[in-house]
Amino acid sequence: MSTAASVVAVILVALSSLGVGAFGLRISRTMSDFYVASRVVGPVLNASAISGEYLSAASFLGVAGLILARGVDMLWLPVGWTAGYLLLLVFVAAPLRRSGAYTLPDFAQLRVESTKARHVASLLVVGIGMLYLIPQFQGAGLTLRTLTGAPLWVGQVVVAIIVSLNVLPGGMRSVTLVQAFHYWLKLAALLTPIFFLLGAFVTGGAPEAVSRLDAVDWAEPLSGDYALYLTYSLVLATFLGTMGLPHVVVRFYTNPDGRAARRTTLVVLGLLGGFYLLPVAYGILGRMLASDLVTSGRTDSVVLELPSRIFSGVLGDLLTALVAAGAFAAFLSTSMGLVVSVAGVLSQDVLRRRTELGHGVSAFRLATLFAVGLALGLTFVAARVPVAHAVELAFAVAASTFCPMLVLGIWWRRLTAAGVIAGLVVGGSLSMTAVLTTMIGIDSEGLLGAILTQPAAITVPAAFATMIGTSVATRHRQPAHVAQTMVRLHAPEHLTLNRGPFNPEAHEDTRPDRLTARR
Amino acid sequence: MTREPAQRHTTTRASEPPTRVTVTSPRTVAARARQVSIASEIDAQSRLGEVYVDSLMRSQLRLALAVVAALVLTLGLVPLVLHLVPAWGRVVVLGIPVPWVILTVVAFVEIVALGVFYVRRAERNEAAFSDLLDTR
Repeated sequence: MSTAASVVAVILVALSSLGVGAFGLRISRTMSDFYVASRVVGPVLNASAISGEYLSAASFLGVAGLILARGVDMLWLPVGWTAGYLLLLVFVAAPLRRSGAYTLPDFAQLRVESTKARHVASLLVVGIGMLYLIPQFQGAGLTLRTLTGAPLWVGQVVVAIIVSLNVLPGGMRSVTLVQAFHYWLKLAALLTPIFFLLGAFVTGGAPEAVSRLDAVDWAEPLSGDYALYLTYSLVLATFLGTMGLPHVVVRFYTNPDGRAARRTTLVVLGLLGGFYLLPVAYGILGRMLASDLVTSGRTDSVVLELPSRIFSGVLGDLLTALVAAGAFAAFLSTSMGLVVSVAGVLSQDVLRRRTELGHGVSAFRLATLFAVGLALGLTFVAARVPVAHAVELAFAVAASTFCPMLVLGIWWRRLTAAGVIAGLVVGGSLSMTAVLTTMIGIDSEGLLGAILTQPAAITVPAAFATMIGTSVATRHRQPAHVAQTMVRLHAPEHLTLNRGPFNPEAHEDTRPDRLTARR
Repeated sequence: MTREPAQRHTTTRASEPPTRVTVTSPRTVAARARQVSIASEIDAQSRLGEVYVDSLMRSQLRLALAVVAALVLTLGLVPLVLHLVPAWGRVVVLGIPVPWVILTVVAFVEIVALGVFYVRRAERNEAAFSDLLDTR
């Protein structure tokens, strides 16, 4: 395949992202712009940005790769990642927006009024962010290697640099526009080759399938040992994990109010459902035309290799370049969202508490460089796990920690600070242990191996039980403002009610330009 | 609540017009008193205020759980059903195995449909709560 066209496409994506980001930068001036894009983003633009951020290397490359390798059971990944937004919609969307919290640690502090709970949540945000960033960087290395033969670290470093350049000057506002642009780029990148293939079928020029689709363990559900456990555990992790992802939560703050947050989420459901049919199609086509990738262990690159296998000459090169551009958009937008949220937490809770960095923007920039550097370092030492599975493990940790905190915090008055801390620690340490054994490449046999591969079915109930049990045991230590907090979370914004003293922006930064920028 | 005084108002006018002033007067006073009390009951964190907020929370939670139940009883049962009756996993319609159709098109349509249903009902619940605070 022609390397030149693909490299040009990747460079174009990088440059256009920086360009759109620079356009956003002209409007981005203060700290609140950095975090929340001033809350004037419309529902369709915001839904495009949310979907653009959410559709990562796992969705763009990994889903097709896993479907190619393991067939129908892996369809639960795209279904679960979409259903996760439905659960986010019904349990979390509007109350979370009404809470006024930028980040999950903000929410912990608002709801249970404990700085200790805030710190535990901050630690988990960094942990989940890193788990999620590693496969993005790995995917970038893999893509550049597939396209150019360059060593893996080249693509990893390139993505790290572009992400830093995008996040450092502009913050959230510029990221919003870039991510919205990336959703449509990713959709076009996967859709265009499909159209050409349909055209080839109609004119009779379609390629012959190399292998048939009727392999029993591929086409039929629930194959292999512990298949029922593995499937339900994956369903639990993806359905419940979405609401606990740090970069997803930050995005909801760009909605003007709770009602808009719901409507935005509804648009997101449509955008995701439409998109996820495409990687499934690539997985099936890959099974027909490129099944040798399974034996050579390169299933994650099926999306990149299919166009040049179906079409020869210039058309194949151009379609490959388009798909490469979409893949890079996937790494960039997800990594940017993750870096913004991890850097936000680091600068808020670590840097400005420990050091004399009173200037909010410079703390944010320092935290950005630290987050990107840490993720890059971890990428170098992590084992090669299929991209989609690595990302799904981050979902398992989110489902075992922040999901119970949000669901119980929003719907159960009797949640206490001790309950939140105990639940986060138990759910977080159990799921992290399982995830880390997989990430550093330890394989276990039998049922234990199945649990370590898909821990959610054990760790999610454990986290819920711990949070509820500890809260009941410490029921005499209720947060002082719980009644007002519940009014804040659930009452529509136009009603004039006392919503409690919490204001994340007030203790965020007290510089004069920050105060004038508020609302 | 609003209908009752209105009826009294018309019957009063029909029977003896001069008494109109005395009948409308307590009605406005009563309405104003209630309007202050519900919002301030909530603000004062009284038992009554909590009951009002709880009623909103409960209606929204019931709706959320109904949506989740619908999802669990359809999509959620698919792995279990296929585990218990593996033959259903091999059914082919129009050349496509049924599980592939269920876990793509059918699942996404169901998820979006449940989302539309939820947003409509949730906004209706909130409108009812707002009316409660605005009119009384």
